[in-house]
Amino acid sequence: MLTDLLGIPPQVLFGQLLLGLINGAFYAVLSLGLAVIFGLLNIVNFAHGALYMLGAFTTFFLAKYIGVGYWGALILAPLIVGALGILIERFLLRRLTGVDHLYGLLLTFGLALVIEGVFVKMFGASGIPYPTPEALKGGVNLGFMFLPYYRAWVVVASLIVCVATWALFERTKIGAYLRAGTENPQLLQAFGVNVPILTTLAYGYGVALAAFAGVLAAPITQVSPLMGSNLIIVVFAVVVIGGMGSIVGAVVTGLAMGVVEGLTKVFWPEASATVIFLVMAIVLVLRPAGLFGKTA
Amino acid sequence: MNVSVQNNEIGGQHASELIEELRITDLHAFYGEGHALHGIDLTVHQGELVTLLGRNGSGRTTTLRSVVGLIGHRTGSIVLKGEEVINSQPHTIARLGVGYCPEERGIFSSLNVEENLMLPPAIAPGGMSVEELYEMFPNLAERRKSMGTRLSGGEQQMLAMARILRTGATLLLLDEITEGLAPVIVDKLAEILIELKKRGYTVVLVEQNFRFAAPLADRHFIMDHGHIVETVAKDELETKAHVFDQYLSV
Repeated sequence: MLTDLLGIPPQVLFGQLLLGLINGAFYAVLSLGLAVIFGLLNIVNFAHGALYMLGAFTTFFLAKYIGVGYWGALILAPLIVGALGILIERFLLRRLTGVDHLYGLLLTFGLALVIEGVFVKMFGASGIPYPTPEALKGGVNLGFMFLPYYRAWVVVASLIVCVATWALFERTKIGAYLRAGTENPQLLQAFGVNVPILTTLAYGYGVALAAFAGVLAAPITQVSPLMGSNLIIVVFAVVVIGGMGSIVGAVVTGLAMGVVEGLTKVFWPEASATVIFLVMAIVLVLRPAGLFGKTA
Repeated sequence: MNVSVQNNEIGGQHASELIEELRITDLHAFYGEGHALHGIDLTVHQGELVTLLGRNGSGRTTTLRSVVGLIGHRTGSIVLKGEEVINSQPHTIARLGVGYCPEERGIFSSLNVEENLMLPPAIAPGGMSVEELYEMFPNLAERRKSMGTRLSGGEQQMLAMARILRTGATLLLLDEITEGLAPVIVDKLAEILIELKKRGYTVVLVEQNFRFAAPLADRHFIMDHGHIVETVAKDELETKAHVFDQYLSV
């Protein structure tokens, strides 16, 4: 076998591949949200990591204060955090319409610092554990590796959300509005489409995707105020590699970069933390619009 | 809705039955600090085809963009089908029955022909069916699955026109629809405009191609430096030929 030739036990290789796929699933859902937001609002949403963290904390709060478990949180947390996103767009980001992108980036970056700062103050920087749902405890031995059910669920759930979002964009009328709004929102509005509401909903949806990833992450990682800031820089690199605003690019690149990162951990562990940024640099040099982005 | 009395006859309607579709009064428009329109006054009646003629920069496109609400800073009055819209948002204005065809055609590159065609929401009953539109623009039927920007300039223009005819809009604002097109396509567009006029559409046409516009229009508004400097009815084309020489010749 190839693994024998390379002197790597299959358990290690496939274990890292699975880990990469799980990370890739998070990258895909988060970068998908960023792509949706960038596509229509032209805003680099630096608050995305903080909103992902809010998704995880909402899951924790729902369980602690009103007894809503994981499955309820999977629906409720994205709705609650998505609603917060709608308020952020309506009362903060909309004021930046027409000004340089940099202002949106600075505002969302500031927002992320404020949200994370408040949560660090309230809950400390260390994480709070959240239990794996009963139905997804345990796992299955595949012979070459042990596959925990919950981790398999994370990959499946992420893929379902990514495919559903792709279908929403590519196969529905509202998706056609969103794609058209990405290109020429003024003209779309002149056709009678309420673009300001469309924009608000798109931001809310992108934020809801971040919160959804936060719910998925809660049982895997500790629910921590800084869980988003640790992840967001990698996710931005994924978005750049895929092509800013590209839905397909975000999903494919997210999964692929997770796997690349996992494989690098096997073959060159020291480089695993930087490999995605290396890929980003190469892509930027060879294809500045990203692998799936449209060249200007 | 105002009904005005004029001496000319438009689209088969008797003068006393003319219904105002669009009335612009003292319209000023601004791009930042730049003052682009300096008090435009014009009225367009139902079923009428009028042109805005003038050199580049005379304010014709800005006038259309002001009507559809795409110029953020504008003052004065724009009454569409009896409703004041000077402070309205573009999507609200469109839903009064306005179809806008921009100068750059505005074909969405991420959508195919059929998606582009179906994109604008129906804003009023009575829009043409897709079958009718494919009959009027057969090239589009053949290329319905092609991406919008893979079309030739003429096909893109036809798509831009067809797109607004499906919505039920009855007031069409068409900006430079013949620009850069082959003569055979321009002739086809003229035929389509004649057909639309027969069907009772009201058309405001921004043009530089006077030969194209002259036989089609009921009236011509000549613009210069953000003003309407002259209005010429179709039966005055010969007597006021000097106006065209003065304001349209390069």
